Amino acid sequence: MSNEAVVHAHPGLAHEVHGDHHEHHHHETFITKYVFSQDHKMIAKQFLITGMVWAVLGGLMSVLFRLQLGYPDATFPWLEDILGKWAKGGRISDSAYYALVTTHGTVLVFFVLTAGLSGTFANFLIPLQVGARDMASPFMNMLSYWFFFIASVVMLSSLFVETGPFSGGWTAYPPLSALGSASPGSKTGMDLWLIAMALFVVSSLLGGLNYIATILNMRTKGMSMTRLPLTIWALFFTAVLGVLSFPVLLSGFILLIFDRNFGTSFYLSDIFVSGVGALPNEGGSAILYQHLFWFLGHPEVYIILLPAMGMVSEILSINSRKPIFGYMAMVGSLFAIAILAFLVWAHHMFVTGLNPFLGSVFVLLTLLIAVPSAIKVFNWLTTLWRGNIRFTPGMMFAIGFVSLFISGGLTGIWLGNSALDIHLHDTYFVIAHFHIVMGVASMFGMFAGVYHWYPKMYGRYLNNTLGYIHFWVTIAGAYMIFWPMHYQGLAGMPRRYYDYSNWESFKQFVELNRFISTVAMIVFAVQILFLFNFFYSIFKGRKVTSQNPWGATTLEWTAPIRPGHGNWTGEIPEVHRWAYDYGKDGKDFIPQTTPVGSDESEHH
Amino acid sequence: MSSTTTATASKMWGGGKSPFNVEYGKLMMWYFLMSDAFTFGAFLISYGTIRFSTNGWPDPNEVFRSYPFASEGVHAPLVFVSIMTFILIISSVTMVLAVKAGHEMDKKGVVRNLILTILGGLAFLSCQAWEWNHLFHEGAWWGRNPFINHDGTASSTNFTNFFFTITGFHGFHVFSGVIINIVMLTMTLMDKFEKRGHYLMIEKAGLYWHFVDLVWVFVFTCFYLI
Repeated sequence: MSNEAVVHAHPGLAHEVHGDHHEHHHHETFITKYVFSQDHKMIAKQFLITGMVWAVLGGLMSVLFRLQLGYPDATFPWLEDILGKWAKGGRISDSAYYALVTTHGTVLVFFVLTAGLSGTFANFLIPLQVGARDMASPFMNMLSYWFFFIASVVMLSSLFVETGPFSGGWTAYPPLSALGSASPGSKTGMDLWLIAMALFVVSSLLGGLNYIATILNMRTKGMSMTRLPLTIWALFFTAVLGVLSFPVLLSGFILLIFDRNFGTSFYLSDIFVSGVGALPNEGGSAILYQHLFWFLGHPEVYIILLPAMGMVSEILSINSRKPIFGYMAMVGSLFAIAILAFLVWAHHMFVTGLNPFLGSVFVLLTLLIAVPSAIKVFNWLTTLWRGNIRFTPGMMFAIGFVSLFISGGLTGIWLGNSALDIHLHDTYFVIAHFHIVMGVASMFGMFAGVYHWYPKMYGRYLNNTLGYIHFWVTIAGAYMIFWPMHYQGLAGMPRRYYDYSNWESFKQFVELNRFISTVAMIVFAVQILFLFNFFYSIFKGRKVTSQNPWGATTLEWTAPIRPGHGNWTGEIPEVHRWAYDYGKDGKDFIPQTTPVGSDESEHH
Repeated sequence: MSSTTTATASKMWGGGKSPFNVEYGKLMMWYFLMSDAFTFGAFLISYGTIRFSTNGWPDPNEVFRSYPFASEGVHAPLVFVSIMTFILIISSVTMVLAVKAGHEMDKKGVVRNLILTILGGLAFLSCQAWEWNHLFHEGAWWGRNPFINHDGTASSTNFTNFFFTITGFHGFHVFSGVIINIVMLTMTLMDKFEKRGHYLMIEKAGLYWHFVDLVWVFVFTCFYLI
């Protein structure tokens, strides 16, 4: 049997080939439609809402520890009411503080910005924008969400164990993470942390394989790779990064599990624990874990950032009514970032005793990332340049993303330098850098995506006024929170300390810390406003009345306002051009489905 | 000539069909295998890192020198593991034959060769079980290493730690492969593939099986030869 015949005989591709498949309606119950759904749009919403729940929890944790940092001497009796023994006398205990910092990091990086961001938009946009009825394997897609859900439940349960959740930092470095005797959080809390993360890796793998297979195999007729919207390119590289880097983290975790439970010494050597004594472990290397961790950890940064970049490119182009500037350069720089992402992990380890010569190689490779990043930034700016800009809330957040990416990216050039890193490592400068460039910037990308594609998700608009309030307070707040941290970091203020008022050199920052904490609480409150907007608008928002409210070229806007299972009624549309024909030949925009006219100027 | 190739290539990637002419499941399998290669790669590189930063390492010829029903002081370095490896490689051959039979829609051939592959996998796992048991009775386990270094000094427990972890992880993969092959066999016997008109699933199971065999070559080299 020839390959050709096999491909066409296979049911997985059949629904792509036979466009009238959707006419057959399944009987859907509440369970199959909303819970164990295999529809990519519903799974996307599940990821989004679970991510939101986590974002609220993770954000609340930051409010709690900012309370400690801003008001180290004050007591808040209500804290004891909600946290019990973790806030005896109304003051968060030191172990609770470390647990909050750790869980905030883990939750935001993995559960919100990885699953919540790429899980949502990869699921929602890939089939709609490449012109497919669903993911390559809807069943695996469903499993991907439910593995994420179970991981969430396990992680959440670790907050409620007697010894508390893991408290050794989100990177979970041994020996703190490997020895139950090292701290209360390293006991059951750490076991649950590891189980949750292992399940998370499985979820990410199942999702990633699906995204890759869908993008490569299920593009509609005419949708060549160079006609793909940049969102899809970005999500493709994100999936490849995830598929190739998460397994290394899994290996690192497996070795850690053995060190914790089976008496091995992969990461342990010559350790003395107070109250326990000298440990027999010999020959291991704690640095080995750091290598394995950061081999994921660095690509992870781009797993978070690339989807935001893709969506921002799309939204900027649509709302500037101009083609994206330098499409191929955008794809090329995404590719360059994806490759370099694997070659720079040791810049997180400059001060671990890494050979300075090796360090200089990693400095070079790290600074090289500035090249594709700068290409992207300039292309975004030139896309905006002389555009006919519509300041929708989605567009505001997209522009905010570019601003934050520039601000945070520039400090990355400082930190990528191994000599400067001797002074700056583990200070608030690092906190400021990565929160702006990857945390807040990606959140902005996510918000931009939510505001922009909300009409497609729910058939209604989000409230614009609330959206503008949300945007302005969040961007002003983000800069007010993280800009001052650069100064603190330059002054040598270390991260992860419980109380800085004990140090003479950091007493000058008491007021500044209080200011940062206050702003953090205001920004958090505004996010609640966004959540209200989100859930209110699902039921009461202004209804979308036209199929293509933004005047966009891409395929999702050729589907019905509220697409059913299968996305398009009738044949899947065929694509005749690239995704960025805005302002061409005197036309405002030309959808990808419009055939190229004989009188058109050169086309892509 | 070159222009025709470009034309076909752009047509392949032009959408509406798979650019590699494979269905999505096989594509996923390839990407999964790349992912899994990184898992094993990380393990073996960790092993290498620790081993090269450790003074001395046991001599595999001294550690792996016995076989079932041998007398106490037998010295047959690597004989048993060679048999294990041979069994696994032969099971890859039978897998190839099963895939080939699938292409020819020869149900009998698929069944026969799948059974042989499953038996090969089970034989390999049994050998591994015997070896683990044997080493355990010599005092080796996670966190315990009775063997001495080449130069007679006491050896790091990381020798046994890595040995049991990595061969265990590989054994787990073989075990999963056997389960997958049993499922494939059942589906073949139930005529699932006859009805579908192709034996593509066998091919995907075959990819996995060959990958697991390939990984063994590296594991074998790292632990038994070097």
